[in-house]
Amino acid sequence: MKTIKLLSILFICSLVFTSCKDDDDLEPINEEEVITTLKATLTPIGGGTTVVLQSQDMDGDGPNTPVISVSGTLAISTSYAGIVEVLNELESPAEDITEEVLEEALEHQFFFTPTNNVASIEYNDTDADGNPIGVEFTLTTSDAGSGNLTITLIHEPNKSGVDVSSGDITNAGGENDIEATFPIIVQ
Amino acid sequence: MSKKYYLTYLLLCFTSVIISQDCILKFEGIVKDFHDGTPIEGAYIKVEGFNLYGVSDHKGNFIIENICNSKFKSTISHLSCDSKIVTINLDKKSFVEIRLEHHIEELTEVSISSQVDKKTKTTQETVIKNDVLERYSSLSLGDAIKEIPGISSINTGNTIVKPVINGLHSSRVLIMNNNVRLHDQDWGIEHAPNIDINSAGSISLIKGANALEYGGDAIGGVIVLNPTRIFAIDSLFGKTVLNAHSNGKGYGFNTTFTKTFSKGFYINGQSSFKRSGDYNTPNYSLTNTGNQSKAFSLFMGKNQFEYGYEIYYSYLENTIAILRSSHIGNVENLVDAINSLQPMIINPFSYDINAPKQEVSHQIFKGKFYKRFKELGKLDIQYDYQNNHRFEFDIRRGDDRDIAAVDLQLQSHTFKSTLQLDSKSPNRYKIGLLAVYQDHFPNPETGVRRLIPDYEKFDLGIFTIGNFKPIEKLSLDVGFRYDFNRINAKKFYQTSRWIERGYNDNFSGIILQDFGTQLLVNPIFDFHSFSVSAGISYDLNNNNSILFNYGLSNRAPNASELFSDGLHHSAARIELGELRIKKETSNRVSGTYNYNEEKVSISIEGFFNHIKDFIYIEPTGVESTNRGAFPVWEYKQVNAALFGVDWNIRYNITEKFVIQNKSSFIKGKDLSSDRALIDIPSFKTVNLIRYTNEKWANFNAEIQSEWIFRQNEFPDNNFEAFIPRTDSYVLVDISTPPPAYHLLNFRSNFDLKFSNENHMNIAFTINNLLNTSYRENLNRLRYFADEIGRNFSIQLIYNY
Repeated sequence: MKTIKLLSILFICSLVFTSCKDDDDLEPINEEEVITTLKATLTPIGGGTTVVLQSQDMDGDGPNTPVISVSGTLAISTSYAGIVEVLNELESPAEDITEEVLEEALEHQFFFTPTNNVASIEYNDTDADGNPIGVEFTLTTSDAGSGNLTITLIHEPNKSGVDVSSGDITNAGGENDIEATFPIIVQ
Repeated sequence: MSKKYYLTYLLLCFTSVIISQDCILKFEGIVKDFHDGTPIEGAYIKVEGFNLYGVSDHKGNFIIENICNSKFKSTISHLSCDSKIVTINLDKKSFVEIRLEHHIEELTEVSISSQVDKKTKTTQETVIKNDVLERYSSLSLGDAIKEIPGISSINTGNTIVKPVINGLHSSRVLIMNNNVRLHDQDWGIEHAPNIDINSAGSISLIKGANALEYGGDAIGGVIVLNPTRIFAIDSLFGKTVLNAHSNGKGYGFNTTFTKTFSKGFYINGQSSFKRSGDYNTPNYSLTNTGNQSKAFSLFMGKNQFEYGYEIYYSYLENTIAILRSSHIGNVENLVDAINSLQPMIINPFSYDINAPKQEVSHQIFKGKFYKRFKELGKLDIQYDYQNNHRFEFDIRRGDDRDIAAVDLQLQSHTFKSTLQLDSKSPNRYKIGLLAVYQDHFPNPETGVRRLIPDYEKFDLGIFTIGNFKPIEKLSLDVGFRYDFNRINAKKFYQTSRWIERGYNDNFSGIILQDFGTQLLVNPIFDFHSFSVSAGISYDLNNNNSILFNYGLSNRAPNASELFSDGLHHSAARIELGELRIKKETSNRVSGTYNYNEEKVSISIEGFFNHIKDFIYIEPTGVESTNRGAFPVWEYKQVNAALFGVDWNIRYNITEKFVIQNKSSFIKGKDLSSDRALIDIPSFKTVNLIRYTNEKWANFNAEIQSEWIFRQNEFPDNNFEAFIPRTDSYVLVDISTPPPAYHLLNFRSNFDLKFSNENHMNIAFTINNLLNTSYRENLNRLRYFADEIGRNFSIQLIYNY
């Protein structure tokens, strides 16, 4: 008798724990934090052609490489008013992640790293501590030439690190949220 | 016994009823062995309340005459059996057959045996007893079993410790907790076993897959955690352990009580708590490395010779901080971390546990029942339910900041039954079957693509084992097992990944739905595995014994190897599973030589393990994403061979001084491309000298030297990465192992005895006495920080 009782307890227990769960309607996850697109718009301060730099990677961490596009060449010795936007275009309409960056300005900073001295960059905005964010900036070209411009968004940088507030990424620490390199021609 | 004989008794019985009141009643019977029915000679049969007794003859028969009362109690006892009390009513029956349990040394559940209770006779098994386990009360299972030569660990920081048995780990190591096979998402290196070491009474570690009873896929080995032994006596006892350690300013307690009754009923409760803040290396604090653990377990049941049952529940919750500096954005950050001599982020000490962190809970419910059948054996039936819930928190942005990036829940139901046939002693047979149903649910609320998909898994296993003892000095074991596994998954692939993997060619039939950028697919895989084990142990004489065994085992790929698909921030790598992966097959031979005498003991274990289609992960290239470049690590299969020798030598110089050496040597080869295997432990040798003086309150002091050599044989997985900001390519050195290191540890303890039942043990330990800075090759965070520095700890164990 005892055996039967015990077995029935076990059986009831297994029923209790095997409670049902609906897993029939699986929905794909469109990642909310993914930055698919980085877009930097450079408007010449004294008038002229606006240049747009864009990096778009619609599969996030997937195998496809980002598509880099530069709309045109930059003019010699010209100052451009720059604005960076970061977007998640997997959502519809596209989510403007720049807003989140500005909300958490103390923990974010864009870095602009040119090679071959094609341009110099100055920040035009500050966070609550008076440190740069880099959503707005001024880019000034020098003589004719070509090189790369790397735009990096760092999450949790050490903004008080040596030269970090003047735009040097070397001591920034933190981790990359996005990084894109654009070929630049100044002529 | 002839029919005639019975008839005589029947007649006698009839007679005795008639003349019952005149003290001329006769009580007759036979005493037999419970298992095989052989007569037991020399059993003592007492009629309670009267000064009458009898002794069984060589046929087991006895007669007691001159009994006045037809109703009485009788006690039957024998030197090597459990006593038994039976109620006799001579009016109904004057001849009784009494079954006594005669195999007391094998009945670990009900008898007190001085032998160390090994689970197997012919495998490379080592038992860690309770007094050694107590030393690791504030640490983990992985730390404790490193006591055994040949066992190492693969770590993530210093709190996530995964056991490595002869170079193999994770899904290749099977863990049994209180006879329940632990199902806790064991595929990942950063998934530590969900075990509270304080709940174990002892641990048996079996190298290789020879213990087929537990599973056919334990290519590395089996770790069996045995609960506190229960004896059928009236007793109440308990134990409280208090710990404190300086590094991490940690503290913890564990308390256990056990109540047992002579009728076999018992109840045991245990709870523990541990907490630690940020650890520190000799030179800096390891920011965000604290941990907190809460656990309790309760079991109760009845343990009688003929039947018994048990219900068990355990709950464990671990919150583990992961070194802040190990969470990185891309290859560039990894290069910076490797080149920097210390972590990027160093903050003052704190108990806070911030992201990145893990929160894991594990629950086990178990119900067990057993019954012994005369002249047959013992039947065990068990059901268990496990719920493993794992949260991993990353550094996230915006509204997702406090939402876990990984939220996986694995529920397992196991039914198993074994029948042990021990009536043909000394040979014993065991047959068993097992059925498992698992459900894995990745919560989509994370907002991060599922790293491991939704899946259901079914396992069915049957096995049979025979233990033979043709002569006293020889033990033979043979076992066979068949396992069937089915995994039925529903997984989303990025369409780009699906095409890049080339799955369109082989798997286009399993696509359920096309969501544009993602595909929902339904892979169903079946695996059939057949395992064999054979072992022999032979005692050459009192001091020398040898043991050989062979094991054939198969392991079906786990969900991670088949399906993983995503970015691992702690390693800055994209990890990809492979749908085409097959099961792996291991052929392992091993041999052991033991020498044991009072002054010297030697144990040498050697093994060779050939693994066909060994599944492992290694870098295959670099992928660019918007975050930057990441190395891609893919699961692959190669033929591999591992071989090694472990030894343990103890020498008692005098009664009070002991020296001991424990070493392990192992090599791992990838036979397919003739190079070294990744993550193979390097040569390790531990020497210790211990002073013991029983007269000074059991005083003990030991100095231990641990020497870990550099791993000189490693696969070169270094790769070149483009660093945009410097406009150059850099070699990312992820392969070169760190240098050799040497550590000194000190430990001393003594007993304070208050009474026979009440005593306290006080232990004082210093680990890394010289405060050496070092990095360990088998620590995934070795690119980011040193190992922990000097650690003083004190422990009080109070037994009552």
